[in-house]
Amino acid sequence: MTEPTDNKANEVPPLPSSFSLISTLGVVAMLSGFLVVLVYEYTKPIIAENQRLATERAIFKVLPKANSRLTFVIKGDDIQPADDKSKGELIYAGYDKDNNFVGIALNAAEQGYQDIVKLLYGYSPDTGCITGYDVLKSTETPGFGTKITTDKEFLANFNCLDAKVNLEQTALNNVIKTVRHGTKQNPWEIDAISGSTITSNAVGRMFNKSGQKLHPLIAKHLPTLKLAKQTSGDKHE
Amino acid sequence: MSKAIKKEAPLTMDVFTAGIWKENPVFVMMLGLCPVLAVTNSVENSLAMGAASIFVLVCSNALVSALRNFIPKQVRITTYIIIIATFVTLVDYIIQAISLDLYNKLGAFIQLIVVNCLILGRAEAYASKNSFGKSVISALGMGLGFTLALVMLGGVRELLGAGQLLGYQVFSLDFEPWVVMILPPGGFIVLGSWLLLINYIEQRKTGKLLANDMASHCNVSQN
Repeated sequence: MTEPTDNKANEVPPLPSSFSLISTLGVVAMLSGFLVVLVYEYTKPIIAENQRLATERAIFKVLPKANSRLTFVIKGDDIQPADDKSKGELIYAGYDKDNNFVGIALNAAEQGYQDIVKLLYGYSPDTGCITGYDVLKSTETPGFGTKITTDKEFLANFNCLDAKVNLEQTALNNVIKTVRHGTKQNPWEIDAISGSTITSNAVGRMFNKSGQKLHPLIAKHLPTLKLAKQTSGDKHE
Repeated sequence: MSKAIKKEAPLTMDVFTAGIWKENPVFVMMLGLCPVLAVTNSVENSLAMGAASIFVLVCSNALVSALRNFIPKQVRITTYIIIIATFVTLVDYIIQAISLDLYNKLGAFIQLIVVNCLILGRAEAYASKNSFGKSVISALGMGLGFTLALVMLGGVRELLGAGQLLGYQVFSLDFEPWVVMILPPGGFIVLGSWLLLINYIEQRKTGKLLANDMASHCNVSQN
């Protein structure tokens, strides 16, 4: 027979009711939801404005001759006027101060070393050249992958990277590809950065993927894109 | 158990300073090492991660401490995780609103603060057992200690790995950067080096104290 003990410290506390457990979690979850919604609603317009400014900055960086731009959205085989909030794949046409067409800014993305690298690049359909890019998102290794924004030799690839469309307007004339550092022979090849091969390859792959899909489409709708500014006035500036 | 023992220790300066040095979460307790190694390749990233961690640590500890008498023991960890995840979500939105560039640089590590064992550890070991004021002050000290460690690592890695500090060129352009320092192995090398140095200093301090103690004992016995 065990001796009765008066040591309260050793007593197991009674289990709380299920209602008590569920209500505690419910109240905390509601409080959490309230705080998240509050901050989300407050920061939503600020974040949207930051994203708009970042896109705007990138567009005018890759189309330095542009004074204004129009947004279009790709719908199947068609390119339609849109605004920045439109859903779908957006492209941006740039125009100079006399409303002459100067080029197109296109989004491209590909898996890099750490994560997806996202770029906005300038394309001139008249010359068939990719003329430069701006990095929208990259978490590549500092000192290696980040060289795609600083390495002068690498950036020189994009003075005029050949991205011409074939005569049938179905694909690119030549596949854009990244080659080993120092072995570039053709204008559609990208000379890789020594030590940053994975990110350099990602840039080549994303330009080829985007070029094969979008450049033929742009070539088909080029007259519409060129005249869009004159027909739409300045409302999208 | 007497009431005197149960009474909570008063709020002193030690509550704040312990986290900064004596109980530094990185150099002494070795907590939250994943972001320490991952984001400290520059001082800017270290400061941003430190500030985000302070915000989450202070807010979650404050709420856990305020609700500590209402949270049943059986669901405490789930509740703490909900509270921490809430503040991490808030800090995620706030950083996006402040700077998209910074947000993109920090990548997934902002969201991963949810699983930083320092935050959950302090909620469970300290905030759930102490008053609101003490929990907030302790969290602030711990957060500052964590940030200090991040900046100490980030400073060395950016200086040796890029010849810069906060983006400003410190070494001449002839300096050949030690690229390994901004790669993952550099994080381990610098963390190991700091631990070696800090433990050496601590041991010397303890040795000196022991020597002083022995000397004073000898003097007392001679007298």
